Amino acid sequence: MTTATLRPARPAGTTRSALAAMTRTGARLLLRDPGAAFFALGFPALLVLALGAALPGFREAADDLGGLRPIDIYVPIIITMAVATCGLNTLPTYIAGYREKGVLRRLATSPVRPVTLLGAQLLVALVAMLAAVAIAVGLALAVWRVVAPAAPARLLLAFVLGTAATFAVGLVLAAVLPDARTAGGVSMLVYFPMLFFAGVWTPGPIMPDAVAAVATFTPLGALSQAMQDAWTGAPADWVPFAVLAAYTVGLTALAARLFRWR
Amino acid sequence: MSDIVVNHLMKRYGSRTAVHDVSFSVEPGEIFGILGPNGAGKTTTVEVIAGLRDADGGDVEVLGLPPTAPELRHQVGVQLQESSLPDKLRVAEALGLYASFHRHPADPAELIDRLGLGDRRDTAYAALSGGQKQRLSIALALVGNPRLVLLDELTTGLDPAARRDTWQLVRDVRDRGVTVVLVTHAMEEAQELCDRVAVIAAGRVRAVDTPAGLAGAVAGEQRLRFALTAPLPDALFTALPEVTSVRQHGPQTEVTGAGNLLFAVVGLLSRHGAVPTDLRLDQPSLDDAYLALTAADDTLHGSLR
Repeated sequence: MTTATLRPARPAGTTRSALAAMTRTGARLLLRDPGAAFFALGFPALLVLALGAALPGFREAADDLGGLRPIDIYVPIIITMAVATCGLNTLPTYIAGYREKGVLRRLATSPVRPVTLLGAQLLVALVAMLAAVAIAVGLALAVWRVVAPAAPARLLLAFVLGTAATFAVGLVLAAVLPDARTAGGVSMLVYFPMLFFAGVWTPGPIMPDAVAAVATFTPLGALSQAMQDAWTGAPADWVPFAVLAAYTVGLTALAARLFRWR
Repeated sequence: MSDIVVNHLMKRYGSRTAVHDVSFSVEPGEIFGILGPNGAGKTTTVEVIAGLRDADGGDVEVLGLPPTAPELRHQVGVQLQESSLPDKLRVAEALGLYASFHRHPADPAELIDRLGLGDRRDTAYAALSGGQKQRLSIALALVGNPRLVLLDELTTGLDPAARRDTWQLVRDVRDRGVTVVLVTHAMEEAQELCDRVAVIAAGRVRAVDTPAGLAGAVAGEQRLRFALTAPLPDALFTALPEVTSVRQHGPQTEVTGAGNLLFAVVGLLSRHGAVPTDLRLDQPSLDDAYLALTAADDTLHGSLR
């Protein structure tokens, strides 16, 4: 008896419909968790409004920013933060929670492969991130009249690669952390240092050169630099793009190797 | 044809052998118990049958297929130990979700009613009682309309009323033609529910029989206890062929023996005009059988899981 004869023709769309059902469920669960939902969806928007409204000088053109306002160069950083929140926190916390609760094990006894759940959680985190970015950028453009990106294609490429790299970091965390609580804690330990390199506290030209040099080789630093360059129309530096591609490939492979189903 | 055939199953975790040699078969339509102390290898055995772990030795066939055959994911429902759901997932959502994974799912709404969760349809998992969680877990095992269900430690941690409800549920499932494999360390549960029981200790099968057959197999003594206002001489009791020993402490009398011990002793008492009070007859139970079958290993391997 060969394996092939044992495997029944799976009705078309079973996996796809299971993926859709799991994604809907995952989205519902995220929205039912007000803290997590706000952190993932609303925080970047709040930051856009608060920074522009509350910080003195954030809406005044500055010479050391080449005539741009701090709020202008800060938008790519807020996008980076949205990517980081969903990729480094939401994604691993939920997947580790499913491992902790034995959901992955239970799925292994159902006709649907547990990897489908990973796909669903990735989709949920991605959609949440896209929504957060859309809201935050929309507000920045509408309320603060932020300048439009100078090189939109390059910006989009940086965003896509950076999202892939950041989510790959999240997948490595999701692969090994035993439960939601640990995942939440560890993700914060990764999140804040990486946001530091993204320039959350020292945006753009304010970042010391030494820090910037290191930052280029971190996922969020590379993402933030590539997007800031594209936004302001600075000449393309392809190093961050190569860094992001390398992280994506390497960390995705690592996550696949390390992933624990129970 | 048997629904499950396990032949000389062996499973190691690193250097530790969890299952040495386990063989049994489960027939269609029966409730088959796997009984044993904690750490006996019950869960490992079931996990191999469920296709979650690979055996290191022996053969296992489930519905005529190797346990990892994808087809079995449609035909075998599994309720695992330590498997829960996200706190905020609601009852109807959970069943609807898992129903969507199957080719011919049961109607989730009907299943919810059948399992007595009708008024908990929109309740979040975290807000369910222990018994309700367990019923939902059974519902998830049944939602694919399986031919066979594996239920691991079904009633652990439930209060007595919830246990009885759950037992009735398992009988209902069987009455619908589903074969049930029940893993338990609770004697009462095995005695109540199972048609046949495999007693496993320290990774080996000690016996496979009906609960009554297991109890009868322990060369069990019956023990009759009663109180008499005026004691009778021991010799009167030991003269009866059914009696093997007698002990008297004041009014308390304890007579052990076999066969029709009760009638022999009561006859003797009435011939001597003695009226027994507080009469109790202890017969060998599955409990005794279980202890006899597993006792030796408990002391040796009690610390192993």
